[in-house]
Amino acid sequence: MPADDIGTVDPSRRALLVGGLVAAGGAAIAAGTARSQTAPDPMAGHDMANMPTDPYAAPMSGMAHGNMTTVGEVDHARNGFDPTAMLTDWDTGRTELLPDGRTLRIFEVEAIDQEIEIAPGIFFPAWTFNGRVPGPALRAREGERLRIIFRNNGSHPHSMHFHGIHSARMDGVPGAGLIGPGEEFIYEFDAKPFGCHLYHCHALPLKRHMHKGMYGLFVIDPDPARQTDPALAAVAASRGLGTPENAGWQEFAMVMNAFDTNFDGGNEVYACNTVGQAYMNVPIRIDKSRPVRIYLVNVTEFDPINSFHLHANFFNYFDTGTTLTPTLRTVDLIMQCQAQRGILEFSFAEHEDGMYMFHAHQSEFTELGWVGMFDVRGAGA
Amino acid sequence: MSDQSTPTRPAAIRFLLVLLPLVAILGSFVWIASLDPLRSFNNGAPPVEALTVERTVLDETGIKVLVRAGGSEPMRIAQVAVDDAYWTFTQDPPGPIARGASVWLRIPYPWVLGEAHNVALLSNTGTVFEHEIAVAVPTPEATAGQFRIQALVGAIVGLLPVALGLMFYPAMRGFGRKGMNLVLALTVGMLAFLLLDMMAEAMELSAEAAALFQGSAMVWLAALASFLLLMAVGRWRGQPEGLALAFYIAFGIGLHNFGEGLAIGGAFAAGSAGLGTFLVLGFALHNVTEGIGIAAPILRIRPPLWTFAALTLLAGGPAVLGIWAGSLAFAPQWSALALAVGAGAILQVMVEVGAYLLRQNRDGPAVLLSPEVLGGFLGGIAFMYATAALIKV
Repeated sequence: MPADDIGTVDPSRRALLVGGLVAAGGAAIAAGTARSQTAPDPMAGHDMANMPTDPYAAPMSGMAHGNMTTVGEVDHARNGFDPTAMLTDWDTGRTELLPDGRTLRIFEVEAIDQEIEIAPGIFFPAWTFNGRVPGPALRAREGERLRIIFRNNGSHPHSMHFHGIHSARMDGVPGAGLIGPGEEFIYEFDAKPFGCHLYHCHALPLKRHMHKGMYGLFVIDPDPARQTDPALAAVAASRGLGTPENAGWQEFAMVMNAFDTNFDGGNEVYACNTVGQAYMNVPIRIDKSRPVRIYLVNVTEFDPINSFHLHANFFNYFDTGTTLTPTLRTVDLIMQCQAQRGILEFSFAEHEDGMYMFHAHQSEFTELGWVGMFDVRGAGA
Repeated sequence: MSDQSTPTRPAAIRFLLVLLPLVAILGSFVWIASLDPLRSFNNGAPPVEALTVERTVLDETGIKVLVRAGGSEPMRIAQVAVDDAYWTFTQDPPGPIARGASVWLRIPYPWVLGEAHNVALLSNTGTVFEHEIAVAVPTPEATAGQFRIQALVGAIVGLLPVALGLMFYPAMRGFGRKGMNLVLALTVGMLAFLLLDMMAEAMELSAEAAALFQGSAMVWLAALASFLLLMAVGRWRGQPEGLALAFYIAFGIGLHNFGEGLAIGGAFAAGSAGLGTFLVLGFALHNVTEGIGIAAPILRIRPPLWTFAALTLLAGGPAVLGIWAGSLAFAPQWSALALAVGAGAILQVMVEVGAYLLRQNRDGPAVLLSPEVLGGFLGGIAFMYATAALIKV
């Protein structure tokens, strides 16, 4: 695509006589007084209405820094997926009992070419798993046998490469589970190790297949029976989706991703779960009486790292989720390189009700869409 | 007319003969449009998109840009990011932008005085059109005070040097044949430099304009048309010389100074930081030769005093108009057009001054290679080139 370069007068062309004129009004641009926020209004910003009216002082009346936002709304129905629903939409497949008494968990995944709206009015020709980006958040339990039936209904060769422990034959790389359009492959392996993992297409060129949207969470819940320490067994039990111990938690699936809409090797839109600013427009409702657990993975291409910063609170972090004790305690920011992931645990129990922001702390990513709000309230509020 | 001229046909028949091909053209267009023979070439590629920013206005409400679309289909601007931050904006008029149409985008962005900003416009296909604001300063508003300041600058770079150059007139009147030849050749050399300079400037500007203006072709054709028309007008009653030739030179130089004014006004609008006095001095020195050139064809006559004032106004005044226009209504295609017309005018006076020089000398074309003519010509070019270094930043 031509990145059209367009301009006003080339400043070097001629005659630059304005220096002295400009200097007169020079330094008068000062920050306006910040308006105190009485309501949790995510869009309120600095009010610059009291700027001087010197014509060369860049007065900013009527402007607010809170205008940092995309314009309009994404049609989630047309996309076929909603970022809010995706937070808690775990795909647990279907189960059968194996002769040896183990559980066989079967997932069905399909590669589909689909155009998706990643920010209001901006359409991206994505390659998807099951018609959504990120792909389905697969969730299993440690020790289960997993069978993933993968059909490629896309226009290019694709695969599913799982970050887990499995044989070379099941690795989803060329020659081992990479299939052409119209073909089918069945991946089969044991669910281990427990943790917060991911899968992605490993067709080449890898970068293109990744940033086109072919990735998803792959979470393996720990089996409490394998823990000898009762305290760790309790932690393990709390992670088991669908168990009574897990019911007290609010769990969210978050995939930090980005899109290179003009294919120039740099991202135009950053997001958590695909749609830029989705959780600014629709904040994530948090019941403050229950702790929060976030399964977070970074699949951003082109930028080496991404990060997660929580406002006004601190959290424990379990890198890769393969431990039951935190790998980082009491932090408000973690970094993840590409394909790095982990589990965040925190509580708003002692906090006032309000809007609490979270975002990448690379300001550029934040301002290009990767920012959201937790709407923290009491249970019935 | 030969004797075998076509017998005249009745008016109705002649009308029908014109109408027939017109109907055929119309019919075939409708046929092609309905058949869409290019449909089989549709390979699923997204439409070609083009977006050109023609004006940028910075004021207390933020950033405003005038953009013109030039794609294969109407375009939609989905989002606007300033300095890698998505920002609210309004589009006037809203909706898809038809090919060739332009809209204003208003972005309430708190820009920072004296710093650079990057405006990225994202279409619905995710194509990014970037526009750089090199130095952010408030865009001059059309106030009386602003006009006064700009007029003063225009007078300094346009009127003053022409007037100073014309003051050589009494001294040059004493020149003999060779001295005259030298001054005329110097004038042609000076004009040759202006011609190259204007064409280069026009081409550069036209490259920034939207593709549908066909910048390069527009500049060449406008220059050619302007040259031919001015030649025809100039020779309406024989070859121009004396006062008439002086006025033609003043007119051509005036158009050049209009272009210079546009650039200065554009620099005002674009917020270029300045070298101030040094640049003004450079302009004055650079343009002094313009006055000498205007005086050259009237050395043998004694024109009334008011004509000097008129010549000064005609040659230098457009600089003021150019600065006003450049700072208020800058669009690259119109500036390129003005410069191209000016280049045509410059070429016309080069031809006429050259013809005048030949008529003044009985030895014909041989005079062109005489030391004083060749020296004057090359000296004029060299002087302009050297002094131009002062104003190229």
